[in-house]
Amino acid sequence: MAYKTIIEDGIDILVAGAGLGGTGAAFESRYWGKDKKIVVAEKANIDRSGAVAQGLYAINCYMGTRFGENNPEDHVRYARIDLMGMVREDLLFDMARHVDSTVHQFEEWGLPLMRNPKTGAYQREGRWQIMIHGESYKPIVAEAAKKSADKVFNRVCLTHLLMDESKPNRVAGAVGFNVRTGNYHVFKSKAVIVAAGGASNIYKPRSVGEGAGRVWYAPWSSGSAYGLLIGAGAKMTQMENRIVLARFKDGYGPVGAYFLHLKTYTQNCNGEEYESNWWPQLQEMVGKEYLDPEASSLTHRPIPTCLRNHALINEVNAGRGPIHMITMEAFQDPHLEEIGWHNFLGMTVGQAVLWAATDVDPKNENPELTTSEPYVMGSHATGCGAWCSGPEDISPPEYFWGYNRMTTVEGLFGAGDAAGGTPHAFSSGSFTEGRLAAKAACKYIDDGKAEGIRISDEQIEQRRAEIYKPMEHYRVYRNEITAGSVNPNYINPRQGLDRLQKLMDEYCGGVTVSYMTNDKLLHIGLKKMKVLEEDLEKIAAENIHELLRAWELKHRHLTSEAVMQHTLFRKETRWPGYYYRGDAMKVDDQNWHVLTVSRRDPETGEYTMEKAPCYHLVEA
Amino acid sequence: MPTFVYMTRCDGCGQCVDICPSDIMHMDSVVRRAYNIEPNMCWECYSCVKACPHNAIDVRGYADFAPLGHSVRVQRDEEKGVIAWRIIFRNGEKDMTLLAPITTKPWGKYIPKLADETEPSQEMRDSQHLFNEPKYIRLDDGGLHTLESNGLKLKAGVYY
Ligand SMILES: Cc1cc2nc3c(=O)[nH]c(=O)nc-3n(C[C@H](O)[C@H](O)[C@H](O)COP(=O)(O)OP(=O)(O)OC[C@H]3O[C@@H](n4cnc5c(N)ncnc54)[C@H](O)[C@@H]3O)c2cc1C
Ligand code: SF4
Ligand code: SF4
Repeated sequence: MAYKTIIEDGIDILVAGAGLGGTGAAFESRYWGKDKKIVVAEKANIDRSGAVAQGLYAINCYMGTRFGENNPEDHVRYARIDLMGMVREDLLFDMARHVDSTVHQFEEWGLPLMRNPKTGAYQREGRWQIMIHGESYKPIVAEAAKKSADKVFNRVCLTHLLMDESKPNRVAGAVGFNVRTGNYHVFKSKAVIVAAGGASNIYKPRSVGEGAGRVWYAPWSSGSAYGLLIGAGAKMTQMENRIVLARFKDGYGPVGAYFLHLKTYTQNCNGEEYESNWWPQLQEMVGKEYLDPEASSLTHRPIPTCLRNHALINEVNAGRGPIHMITMEAFQDPHLEEIGWHNFLGMTVGQAVLWAATDVDPKNENPELTTSEPYVMGSHATGCGAWCSGPEDISPPEYFWGYNRMTTVEGLFGAGDAAGGTPHAFSSGSFTEGRLAAKAACKYIDDGKAEGIRISDEQIEQRRAEIYKPMEHYRVYRNEITAGSVNPNYINPRQGLDRLQKLMDEYCGGVTVSYMTNDKLLHIGLKKMKVLEEDLEKIAAENIHELLRAWELKHRHLTSEAVMQHTLFRKETRWPGYYYRGDAMKVDDQNWHVLTVSRRDPETGEYTMEKAPCYHLVEA
Repeated sequence: MPTFVYMTRCDGCGQCVDICPSDIMHMDSVVRRAYNIEPNMCWECYSCVKACPHNAIDVRGYADFAPLGHSVRVQRDEEKGVIAWRIIFRNGEKDMTLLAPITTKPWGKYIPKLADETEPSQEMRDSQHLFNEPKYIRLDDGGLHTLESNGLKLKAGVYY
């Protein structure tokens, strides 16, 4: 194969993946590192990549301190109760105290934020969400990143991080390939900020066949943020905390604006409110500390997202589905009707397509809701990701090793979905985390911590061989059969993905088992996962596009294995509605009021699991 | 499908190929026109639809649940800073046009070039501030929040 090797040397900061976290990192890096060489590597086109490619209709994380609305500690309380206590409060507080400045910048850059004509404040959708016309959100932040970076490499899929050979456990850059030219790209860098996004498609989706791309989180969210970090031996946290979303059926259109701004509500098939019927039983499972409907109705204390899912799932299982969103009242107001449609056109066009195709007019008919397959991400109502250092002025010693958002690998930083224990960051918070990581990465370099990095040609050559192996495998074995896709020596990336999804679905609590799993199932699942890993060594790629899919699959596999290991380790059902451990159906604060931390040994593939303290910095 | 390309409208310019976040708009080497190579990895994100200068790309809803016969079309105008949608229901009973702004400022001018900003002071570097902070947080004279400033203290809640 005549692919060229292209080496970019002397990079100070490599931004791996440029969605919301990566663009924030690239932008801010330039301020603290004026003379630094800042390079972005993105597997798609930075102008429309990542979860925000099609736009957003709301910024879900905005304090509004300027308008006297909230302080950072309020947000910590909110995220903590929503995640059943398990969050990194230092990282959350830190993100929350900076996020407003990010949003104020967005407005200055031209992002249309709606304003409340009465108060002059931004138009609130809910306590934390503000409404925007965000079709061009991504092109706008991409422009900021492009202005700051020395170079942006579009269409370069990163597969591995490079490790320094002069000092163990220190990062030295990354490698990948261009999905158009096929060329091999080597980035030698003093620091790396990983912001390569969360994982969709690791669980069997509800949609099938041609529709398989209709998932809630983008189908190109391949879990690379986790795959790259796990592969480099970084410690991960809260990987068991994957998310299930209640969304409009089939289209997965978001419900936030509907509930919060349009004031729609749900009913079961008999037209009854059903959620509250589930609270007494659920309270026994999780305890009053986490579910207190009375306190919730008196104060702003929310009922955790996962518990509301639990009610929906159980109501449907009890035979009282479908659950409907009552839109018919709100949609009689033409202004609200318009908002309802804009909400989809701004971020989930597929839902508008579906309603047009099925003649569902929410003005005359209440649409159905459903729960999605699980996703692994760290920036929504869930906190998967790397175990990162916090800021020096807030973090207790166990959470602090010098540089904000640095993982347990030196010089390697995480932002957005990549940073663990920091749910409810969303788009604005992810961008903010990118900025925080950028400042810290510059400091890390300025402190001389990245001196003397050495990368041997062997390491580079070894990775090269590994990257193209699926193409080589295809070349060697394709002629053994007449034609077609069934070969005794290999599987293609789609076949591998189907296997992974089935495995995760059935053994790790996907939709077909109603999100249920247990110790036995997880052990079988892990065994099958190892065998799949062996088969992934024999995956075949017919062309460069399939090579992209092959590497996405490998990252998804690493992510999935971590999810299984964590789910096995935490012997309780901490988030009913996201998943259930059938053999440990209760929240067990006595033993499990802790954060879970894992590390996969890059040499052996063995996992070590540990408990880490869960500090509450903010009073209830 | 979800996206497909009308043969007579496409001139093979490649803009859709350039933008698709899923890397699935490709050029057919024989007819030199674009097509969706992997419909089951399409999010119906409309990035390619918006990018096509000839309106050659359309979306047919996912076959596993969406019947034929509807239409959701879009025009995105960067110069005017607006996006226009037209939605026609399958039964023809609803035909909606919706307009939204995509930016409030012309492209390319309002995002600062941080390389041109004055070098941050050592004090700034040692602080918790990011670019343009604390001014940009409260846009008033309040400084950055800390646990102390907000009257909070470390509360350990550790169980092993
Ligand atoms: C349907 C939907 C609705 C949402 N609604 C809202 C909302 O209303 N408000 C809100 O604030 N947030 C919302 N979010 C959440 C928000 O989009 C995410 O929290 C945020 O985008 C996460 O940022 P990130 O940088 O971690 O990941 P992303 O923005 O997904 O960026 C990851 C980037 O990495 C790139 N990449 C991936 N793998 C590789 C690789 N191997 N090599 C190189 N590059 C790679 C990707 O192409 C992508 O550009 C929504 C998300 C979805 C999907
Ligand atoms: S709609 Fe989006 S995912 Fe589908 S082909 Fe177009 S750009 Fe690609
Ligand atoms: S952007 Fe439109 S005209 Fe250009 S190649 Fe794609 S479909 Fe054809």
